[in-house]
This record gives sequence, C-alpha cells and structure tokens, in this order.
Amino acid sequence: MLDALMQIFGKKEKSGKIAKERLQVVLIRDRANLSPEVMDNIKNDIIEVLSKYVKINRQDMEISLSDDQDSDSAAIVVNVPVSRERK
Amino acid sequence: MSKIYVITSGKGGVGKTTTTANLGVGLAMRGKKVVLIDTDTGLRNLDLMLGLENRILYDLIDVTEGRVPYKKALVRHKKFDNLYLLPTSQVKDKTAVNPEQLVKLCEELRKEFEYILIDCPAGIEQGFKTAIAAADTALVVTMPEISAVRDADKIIGELGRADMKEIELIINRIRPQMVENGEMMDMEDINDILSIDVIGQVPDDIKVVTAANRGEPCVMSHDSEAGQAYRNIVGRLLGEKIPFMEFEKEGFWSRLKHVFGK
Repeated sequence: MLDALMQIFGKKEKSGKIAKERLQVVLIRDRANLSPEVMDNIKNDIIEVLSKYVKINRQDMEISLSDDQDSDSAAIVVNVPVSRERK
Repeated sequence: MSKIYVITSGKGGVGKTTTTANLGVGLAMRGKKVVLIDTDTGLRNLDLMLGLENRILYDLIDVTEGRVPYKKALVRHKKFDNLYLLPTSQVKDKTAVNPEQLVKLCEELRKEFEYILIDCPAGIEQGFKTAIAAADTALVVTMPEISAVRDADKIIGELGRADMKEIELIINRIRPQMVENGEMMDMEDINDILSIDVIGQVPDDIKVVTAANRGEPCVMSHDSEAGQAYRNIVGRLLGEKIPFMEFEKEGFWSRLKHVFGK
C-alpha cells in the first residue's frame, strides 16, 4: 500500500531504471576484473608514494572504481585527504 | 560462402535453444540449406524443439570420434527437407568434443550447407569454448533481467578475447507492458549497457511454449508475435533492412477487446 502511494507521488524510482543503474556499476567492476586484494595493493602503493611528499590520513583514504561519464572507460578514483599539519 | 553462427548466452534458460530452432526453421522457410548442431552434450533439447526426438540414430560424438560419417548422423526435418539436425549425445559430457574436432566438422559441413547454426551450452567452460571455435558470428541471447544482462556482458568479453569477428545481440522475452510501466529494461537500455548491435528483440509470448509443446517452432505460426520477431531476425541475417517491430501492449483497449472476445 505504501509502495503504491509512494509511486503515485513519484517518490519511488521505477525498477527498470534501478536495474540499469545497478548493472552499469557492477559491470565496471566485472570488466576491470580487479579483486579487492588488488585494489588494496593499489591503495597501499599510492600511500607509500604520496607519503614521501605529504602527510596523509591513511584511515580516511578511499579508493573506488567508477564510471567516467566523458569516455567509454572506467576510472579508478582515489580520494587522499592530506593532513594540514606541517610535516 | 556459407555462414556459421553460434547461439550463446552465458546464463541458462534465456532461450538459446528456442532461438536456434526458430532461426533454423526460419532460414529453411526462406529456402536456405541449413544444419543445426546441438553442442549441449548431456542436456540435449534441440531435437525436442524441432519434433525430431524419435528419429535420432547417431550423434555428434559418434561423428567426431569417427564411428560414422556425419551424413549418417544428420536428421532431416519432417516438413523442410532443406533443414537438418545434428543432435548431440544425451549420455556423454561436454568434454567429449574438443574445439578442433568441431572446426574440422564445420569445414566439411560448409561444403554442403549455406547456414550452420551451433546451439551452445550455458556457462563459459569447455563446452562454450568448443561451440564458439568454429563460428564466424556469435548471436548472444539475453533477456531484460539483471542477471541475464550481466552474464551476457561476461560472454561478450569472452567472445572478444576469443577473437570472434562479429557479435550481435538478441533480446528475448520482453514484456512490453512492463517496459511501458518502467518496470523492465528495454532494448535501448540493454544496448546502452552492453554496447553491442541488437539484431532482434522477441516478446514473451505464450505461443513459444505451445509451439515447443508441439515440436513446431513458433516462427512457423503466423499469428504469433514472437514468430514474427524471429522471421524479422531471419530477414536481417539475410541482409534485409527490417525495422524493429512495435509490440502489442496490454493496454486499456486490448484488455477491453479481450473481455468482449475480440
């Protein structure tokens, strides 16, 4: 009942669209064929390189695969918070 | 020069065998000399779809292992004398045929037939690798369901790695009313996701089941929407430019028509 009401008021996304969006995300991962272990290795290597030059917050670092909207390829997106403290 | 197609999907149950049977019969209806090879060893069904299950004497394995010449194993269709089936074994498993054996057999069959259609087993293991080895073109069958599309993507990746020259997509079992309501992905959505040319879309049609029950693929039935969709794909395989059909929706008027018995 609540579902039906939500749909009438346009609150709930149609399942066809959800399927498409979920597939687009999961296929980026499938196609890249990168295991969580490999992702973790990439993360550690990046930390090592960047640590030579800046002080970084290891805990807050994020690494993910995402869709590059402008091209056909996927992108590895790394978010590295740099500490404000002087090294 | 004859054409060799492999009909594949990754996921089971999306309609590979139904598609193979319909395209084979459809090509035969257009006067082409056609042979269908079932490579789903151990789980053969193409014979049932074509109504030929009682006529099998020898099978693909008998041929590849050299026990009989392929002509002895071919089963001629009851209605179309230009359509033949090469059934597989129901007792052996998928390792019984290797890619080289199938390639060699297809080279021989090429001399006699214009179209060779290979029905591939589900999965991406040895049976798949054997089935695709001899083909020039892969027809990937999928349906508008999340798992079927993901598996199709995997298969397309495998076909690319195997240097398949041409890959075309068939979207099976579309439910137009669900698409209309936004509750099912449509051809465009799936095309966006997989980036592969679509050669046909086939609606979910109860006549597919009744046709299989009789062993007469629905491509033969002129009041079946799925049959029309398969005839369109056959036309496109023959190089004709045929626009994609608009499916009948269970809208207000057609529901009303049903109530009043048309």
